[in-house]
Amino acid sequence: MTVIFGVFLLTLLVITAIAIVQARNLFVSVMLSGIFSLLLAANFFLLDAADVALTEAAIGAGISTVLLLGALVLTADSERAPSTNRLVALIVVVTTMLVLIYATFEKPRFGDPFAPVHQHVAPWYLDKTREAIDIPNVVTAVLGSFRGYDTLGEVFVVFTAGIGVLFLLGARSGEYAQQGPIDSAQPGGLRHYLIPRVVGRLLMPFILLFGFYVQFHGDYGPGGGFQAGAIVAAAVILYALLEGEDRALRVMPRGLLTGLIAGGALIYGAVGLAGIFLGGNFLDYSVLSSDPVKGQHLGILLIEAGVGITVTGVLLSIFHAFAARDKF
Amino acid sequence: MAQFLDISSWLLLSLGGVFVFIGGLGALRMPDLYTRMHAASITDAMGPVLIITGIILQAGLSLASIKLTAILLFLLVTGPTASNALASAALLAGKRTEQARPFEQGRTE
Repeated sequence: MTVIFGVFLLTLLVITAIAIVQARNLFVSVMLSGIFSLLLAANFFLLDAADVALTEAAIGAGISTVLLLGALVLTADSERAPSTNRLVALIVVVTTMLVLIYATFEKPRFGDPFAPVHQHVAPWYLDKTREAIDIPNVVTAVLGSFRGYDTLGEVFVVFTAGIGVLFLLGARSGEYAQQGPIDSAQPGGLRHYLIPRVVGRLLMPFILLFGFYVQFHGDYGPGGGFQAGAIVAAAVILYALLEGEDRALRVMPRGLLTGLIAGGALIYGAVGLAGIFLGGNFLDYSVLSSDPVKGQHLGILLIEAGVGITVTGVLLSIFHAFAARDKF
Repeated sequence: MAQFLDISSWLLLSLGGVFVFIGGLGALRMPDLYTRMHAASITDAMGPVLIITGIILQAGLSLASIKLTAILLFLLVTGPTASNALASAALLAGKRTEQARPFEQGRTE
């Protein structure tokens, strides 16, 4: 049954991909890419990768679509007709496809317990999680503690990407944030549309609550900083869409967002350094508390908070950078 | 009792599937935007109610059914709101309803 459903989802995925390539209207492409991400998330969930599915749904289908729509406002809404010769591109793509298909012949069967990936460090992680970290969600244990370096790298990738986008879009510090009182007669967001506004206001606290649930429940179930950051950012973006961007900037000014971007990465790095100063290795949380397991819990909590803070800051900054460009 | 629950949940799930199918069919075949939205809103309203109630009957009294109820409430609040936003956006963009006319003419145009 799982196989049938997986094949069904993958077929839909391929159809959506072809539709994205075929669509000349960029708005249609953006919507289809959202559907693509959602299908991918369903597929990940089918493969029992709930954490990855949650990330894909929150970031791929949710925030990315909003950011792409923001970018779309700045450009034309239909694709230019291709002018260059596409033969070379076609040859490259077909060759790559053949190589990839050839490579899949070497892959172990799905779910094979003797696959190399299950023989290397994975059994050790599964064994040691209970003893050394003692949280039910092994994914969080691996991401936060065993492979803390990799996640640190990811956070700095997000950090660098955010800074890079801000430079490219030329976000100007605080220009809109320090304006005078907001002119309520000026149309901003969906302020005149009663029903979306009322419902949006009703949902906002619940979305934020869910974001924090995903953040702090990451030790016990699917979730963690990346997903939670995207959900919290989505709540604030919803507020910006409904009430106008200037009001959202009043709640979270640009300075605060920049602080969040840097602060989250800083928390992560500081927790790592704290490990060194307390006599352990970099990103070794066991020394943070007298009880090594408690130390691990504390360390994972702190670095996940750092991840969530940075992701929220970066996503909101990018959103505001796009929205501010719109006004020139 | 268990069998009764199974049968009713099976009925609800199938009925929900039928409603979603009708909604999809209507969204494809109806002549203009507003009638299509009208068809698609069946998917919004009846689909989740029936399907999620069917799943709740399977889940029994547990944390999962509470989560499912929360999801159902969320869908019931957001679905009509999205339809409303879509319709008012279409109205604002100057889309007018076509005059009521036989279905065949609408298609062959």
